Amino acid sequence: MNLWPWVLLAAGLAFGTKLLGYLVPSKWMNHPRMARVAGTLTIGLLASLTVLNTVVSGQRLVPDARLGALAAAAAALSLRAPFLVVVLVGAAAAAGLRLLGWG
Amino acid sequence: MRALLASPAARIGLSISLATGLYGVSFGALSAAAGLLFWQTMALSLLLFSGGSQFAFIAVIGGGGSGIAAMGAAALLGIRNGVYGMQLNALLRPRGALRLLAAQLTIDESTATSTGQQDPLEQRRGFWVAGIGVFVLWNVFTAAGALLGSTMGDPKQWGLDGAAAAAFLGLLWPRIKGRQPAAIAVVCALATVLAVPLVPPGVPILLAAVVAGLIGWFRHGHEQEGLEPDVQPHADGGPRPRRPPP
Repeated sequence: MNLWPWVLLAAGLAFGTKLLGYLVPSKWMNHPRMARVAGTLTIGLLASLTVLNTVVSGQRLVPDARLGALAAAAAALSLRAPFLVVVLVGAAAAAGLRLLGWG
Repeated sequence: MRALLASPAARIGLSISLATGLYGVSFGALSAAAGLLFWQTMALSLLLFSGGSQFAFIAVIGGGGSGIAAMGAAALLGIRNGVYGMQLNALLRPRGALRLLAAQLTIDESTATSTGQQDPLEQRRGFWVAGIGVFVLWNVFTAAGALLGSTMGDPKQWGLDGAAAAAFLGLLWPRIKGRQPAAIAVVCALATVLAVPLVPPGVPILLAAVVAGLIGWFRHGHEQEGLEPDVQPHADGGPRPRRPPP
């Protein structure tokens, strides 16, 4: 699959969205519904992406070492670890569980 | 230069740049593991330049989704940047070519650094220092991660798929500050789980987006929810705000 068109289109859409914010009349800013939808979209998409990257493989639900990575990341986050540490803890947990023969 | 270092907004901007730039390594490595070419990975960091959208794009591809689904997920996750643009336009009022540059640098980190300041000069410094700083370091470290990732062999052996799960939880975490955002996250996570066996890869995330968008459209919540900066969940170092018991 040639990804280039989609990479470039996604980049164009991202820039267009950003620029639109600078071009629309400022009275639109007083539209709280707009900010609310942007906020709930961000939460919903990140929650969906977390699930997709934890238990989904293709079109199947597969519990494997990634579940351990998610739990370890949650523990690190609740200890207020910085983002990079959280990512490294997740990788270490998944790699470690696989070494032990799970997932 | 000395004036810049004495500026609180510039100092915050520099420290956010460093922290955010460093995790470009994980984006680069994960993108290579998802099967993107080196220059496709770099195009995402240079041109698309929005961490959440970039991670979304490669996650959909890595999960077997189509290019159009990856693009859709990235575009939806980028809508908040448009809202940031409106806020920053009112604060900074850039003109001409500066406006194009400001638009490209409009991301969570530069917006948070700028809007966290009271003085207009500091707001301007914060935006440009964080925006340019994150852009430069994010791209340098993306390149490092992409080169590293392509030499690592089986990404699963290194737990890179676990790193992706951790990264998304890390982006979600600072946005869950009460019952309402938590409920939205749970509903969208459930919608994803239910949809996965029934629809092609890449579509579940779009269904979750529809659910989230409808909730945002119809409910009467706090309008800044979900627009907290990602990446440095606890950058202020202070205690996290907790809701008083009911």
